[in-house]
Amino acid sequence: MTAMTLDATGRLLAGPAGNGSSSDLATHLATHGPLTLPGRDHGQWRMGMLRAVTDSGLLGRGGGGFPSGAKWDAVQRTSRRPILVVNAMEGEPASAKDRVLLAYAPHLVLDGAEVAATVVGAREIAICVADHNDATAFSIEAAIAERGHLGGSRFTTTVHRPPDRYVSGEESALVSWLNDRLALPVLRVDKSVPLQVGRRPAMVHNAETLAQVALIARHGPAWFRRQGTQEAPGSTLVTVTGAVRYPGVLEVELGTPVIDILDRAGADAALSGVLVGGYGGSWLGPSHVATPFAPAALAAVGSTHGVGILIALPAGSCGIAETARIVRYMAGQSAGQCGPCVFGLPAIAEDLEQLWSGRADSSVIDRIRSRSDAVDGRGACRHPDGVVRLVRSALSVFGDDARAHAEGHPCTGHGAPTVLTLPSGPPAVRGGTATKAQRRAS
Amino acid sequence: MSTRTGGTPPGATRQRVALRLRVDPVACDAYGFCAELLPERITLDEWGYPIVDGTPVDPSLLALATRAAAECPRRAILLEQVRTAG
Amino acid sequence: MLAITSTTIWYTMRATGIVALVLLTGTMVLGLLTAGRTASPTWPGFARADLHKRVSLLAMVFLALHVLTAVLDTYVHVGWAAIIVPFASPYRPLWTGLGTVGVDLMVAVAVSSALRQRISARTWRGIHWLAYGSWPVAMAHSLGMGTDASAVWMDTLAGLCTAAVVGALVWRISDHRRSRDRAALVGATTRATPLPPTTRAAQPVGIVTSGVGPRSSSTATRLLEKERP
Repeated sequence: MTAMTLDATGRLLAGPAGNGSSSDLATHLATHGPLTLPGRDHGQWRMGMLRAVTDSGLLGRGGGGFPSGAKWDAVQRTSRRPILVVNAMEGEPASAKDRVLLAYAPHLVLDGAEVAATVVGAREIAICVADHNDATAFSIEAAIAERGHLGGSRFTTTVHRPPDRYVSGEESALVSWLNDRLALPVLRVDKSVPLQVGRRPAMVHNAETLAQVALIARHGPAWFRRQGTQEAPGSTLVTVTGAVRYPGVLEVELGTPVIDILDRAGADAALSGVLVGGYGGSWLGPSHVATPFAPAALAAVGSTHGVGILIALPAGSCGIAETARIVRYMAGQSAGQCGPCVFGLPAIAEDLEQLWSGRADSSVIDRIRSRSDAVDGRGACRHPDGVVRLVRSALSVFGDDARAHAEGHPCTGHGAPTVLTLPSGPPAVRGGTATKAQRRAS
Repeated sequence: MSTRTGGTPPGATRQRVALRLRVDPVACDAYGFCAELLPERITLDEWGYPIVDGTPVDPSLLALATRAAAECPRRAILLEQVRTAG
Repeated sequence: MLAITSTTIWYTMRATGIVALVLLTGTMVLGLLTAGRTASPTWPGFARADLHKRVSLLAMVFLALHVLTAVLDTYVHVGWAAIIVPFASPYRPLWTGLGTVGVDLMVAVAVSSALRQRISARTWRGIHWLAYGSWPVAMAHSLGMGTDASAVWMDTLAGLCTAAVVGALVWRISDHRRSRDRAALVGATTRATPLPPTTRAAQPVGIVTSGVGPRSSSTATRLLEKERP
């Protein structure tokens, strides 16, 4: 019997399985075919590739969902030579897709990075992997070395190891770290003005986005559009965890109903909700699990796409308890620069914990809502906005449970062990939260 | 060549330059001077940080808005131009 | 016609010096009260800051007169250099020198405040902290010069000024401690309520294919297993 191949949607994760050397260059070329870049900066090739990526409708896979073609267009108009930043930080605790992609198909990511760098005229590629993630760094470094042995590359590719905090993977925080080793998000009034590393404009791309670029470069935009929806074409990697028999990373066609994705991972029959898009995403109620997994469809039911993450919450779990844990974690992950985030998120976490434990007064739900309104949009980055989105969706999806808790009755899932995972150990409050609070006191 | 006596050329939209207030949340350290000076536009949340009304500032409040921006010990209140089509 | 006699200059020097000291004390007290965030509707923070600035300007004016008269005075020889160079005065170099140090510090603060929009916030704050040094230096200079130091009224005045500054300082430190404790509660991530224990929830073990369970990409699995906590 032939080696297990991925089902028909396999694109990024296409290739053989089971042998130890599936991530080497030879296997990569055998699976995906060759990709030749022009020998010199060939203007026509670059314009053609830019058009291809634009026509493909590729959206960023790092959570922002920004059209990649538009991003390239903006960067290649700048007069200075840009630098390409590959974001493989994967700050969302429930996500494993970038890790798996870089372990399984690092050469796809490197191909895509070289294509992108060629089009925008970059010569430097900075690959950012979280400092605790040695396995992924090892894998990508091995792939870079393998290519290096074949002859010089005209790109200088460096692997960087920023600290593993939730906000480190945020675009402006990552660029900030590359500049002065402080992963602090920067207030951006005008997003069309590119971030800069030193004096050079930086183009930041999620690793998976670049892997998709590598495929578009080989097979063209029409091929890419054969999967997915009109507004969100192609395939995407989704990390599925929670009440599923086979947790892991799947490659799915965008627009697949959420429940179908969960079924592929062997989800429980009865769910009390699904967390979509990560800890900065939103809950999806059981009545909406047939929603297609695509940005527009999810937005229409009040959810968000975010990063490809699905966490199945089984019936008999308490969504309020899970949300309370997430919010407390996210409060600790604040960069600590902005008052509303530093003070507001712990306050909301406190309220949710009181709500869960039944110790709250009757006004707690209103208080959570008004505090969410107060915190929303008032930070330099979108971190508090994500938490607010999660909290609002929890009050909506688990509204009955919330009211029961507020009235002092435990819900049906009360006391059940929690399902969501959080990184172990206390969050490193490295001069973040404490600094702002102390500055205020001084 | 036609002569014009002034006013907007036909076909062009007139632009008014308005000023609006904005807070830099990273610089802000909750002194609260801005809210004291301009309570019509700036209120403080329960933690002492300013909630700024971002609509264009009335000419009558402009002097106070300028003062609010100048008095901030952290220079966190900004008064900036925003162009609106007239 | 008022004759600007040597005596006039002498008395003017002493008087302006004492007034400058009192105004400097007022500046310090107002500055300490402004830094702590206790504003009230009748006594708003911006007004306090404004008064602090104006009193400091007034103090500078009297200081300038004091310095000028000290140098012009023929009874003792101080010399022009001693205005900014500490301990350069032939007359009582130590105590005069302390006065000079005070002048230097206050001028630095004044100049940095005038250029506030041009320099970084951190630079401005750093220089402003030097102001804390100018008051004790000025007080030491006043008492050490000895011209009026032995008089009861001068001692009383010095005592009141010291009490005011020390009192404001004590208040400021306790206010800072109170805010810092409150801030520490916020910064800490200790939970008020113990939430239910986490199961050893499954970590993603690799790539999933449809219906047949996880596909064992051993490279991926090995790498993921290696990094699982």
